[in-house]
Amino acid sequence: MAFDWAWLPLLAHGLILTIEITVTCIAFGFVLGVILALMRVYGGKWLSIPASIYIQIFRGTPLLVQLLMVYYGLPSWGISLSAFVSGVLALGLNTAAYQAEYLRGAIQAVKSGQLLAARSMGMTMPQAARYVVLPQAFRIVIPSWSNELILMLKYSSIVFSVTLLDLMGVGKRIASHNFRYFEVYVVVALFYLALVFIITQLLRLLEKKVHIPGLGEHAES
Amino acid sequence: MSLLKIVDLHKKYGNLEVLKGVSFTLEQGETKVVIGPSGTGKSTLLRCINRLSPPGAGEVWLDGVEVTDSKANINELRAEMGFVFQSFNLFSHLTALRNVRIGPIKVKGMNKDAATKLAMEELERVGLTDKVNAYPAQLSGGQQQRVSIARALAMSPKLILFDEPTSALDPELIGEVLTVMINLAKEGMTMLVVTHEMGFARAVADEIIFMENGVIVEQGTPSQMFSNPQHKRTGEFLHKINELYGESD
Repeated sequence: MAFDWAWLPLLAHGLILTIEITVTCIAFGFVLGVILALMRVYGGKWLSIPASIYIQIFRGTPLLVQLLMVYYGLPSWGISLSAFVSGVLALGLNTAAYQAEYLRGAIQAVKSGQLLAARSMGMTMPQAARYVVLPQAFRIVIPSWSNELILMLKYSSIVFSVTLLDLMGVGKRIASHNFRYFEVYVVVALFYLALVFIITQLLRLLEKKVHIPGLGEHAES
Repeated sequence: MSLLKIVDLHKKYGNLEVLKGVSFTLEQGETKVVIGPSGTGKSTLLRCINRLSPPGAGEVWLDGVEVTDSKANINELRAEMGFVFQSFNLFSHLTALRNVRIGPIKVKGMNKDAATKLAMEELERVGLTDKVNAYPAQLSGGQQQRVSIARALAMSPKLILFDEPTSALDPELIGEVLTVMINLAKEGMTMLVVTHEMGFARAVADEIIFMENGVIVEQGTPSQMFSNPQHKRTGEFLHKINELYGESD
């Protein structure tokens, strides 16, 4: 039942690729998610409807289908992307839809009077969003955002299907060499588990660090 | 020329006509108090003046510039009109000091050091030098409202609009806010105040405007309004306020 630790360097490479893909797609999805959320909340009909359609489509179809369309489908339109770019793009476009919905909720949770106060002192709408609403929405969104990050870390394992040697891809390759499927996948799973644990702890620290003093400590507002 | 001139202001919410043609002026250094039953359009009036809520018809002129002109730079004009809200509306994620200096920095482009110095002065003016680093949630309602007055003052506005600044406060906290406002009026700040604090009105108001059902029923000096109201409704309303709020002076 022993695991052959000679595979460790290869697994480490896979681990690094998994982290790279997750971080890049989450960051890309965050930027796009902020834009989509702002379109939905403040965009009026002409911006909020396209944003809603985008969100519906990407939340309503399987991530694997989206990935395969990007990697195998786009070349037929003359767009050939590398496996890495395809993976990051598909995962990023998908998580953007979810992050947009979490952010929309967070933006709406910021007391509307603060936006009025910002506008009443002469801030433009973009200024009010940037200096008043978003800094608070970002704090509010941390718990649901850390769930999304953990999900994306685990979902990133589907990129093995477009030939990438991420943690999952490496595991699959090792297992097909030594046929020790159980041991190999247990080790792979433990790597994911360790990453999830680290991320959870880091985000808890972040949440504490950016907590607004006094908020939520007594009932009166 | 009046500092603020309101001409025949109208506002509808759906089919409900909240303002039915309101006109008055406010001179430099004057304090006017707007009173009237709730749902009468007093808050709407204030919000139409700085177009937080766009008026349906009529004109608002600030210092010779038409605020209601769709081509006017509304952000520039709003920066010249302070607004103090019933529910304070301080920015929760910023300390008192940052709440006060953010306007000068972001709207007026003032540098950080100058804005910090200014914010300290304004916080001193409202008696909160010991709370500059506190967050809104760590302050009492009265302290929060004083920070919000300092925030308005830091923009060096031509006038300040107050929308029931003390009605969300516990009774024992009202006095500290009124004291700040009375001092401001005495220092010559131009103020339009929606409030039921008749003690404040008696102390500093140049005129009281009584509104009901979207129109101005009567306006006059406090002594005139209290001792010799021209309309029956004015007398009844002032009497009722006195019963509810008592004499606070």
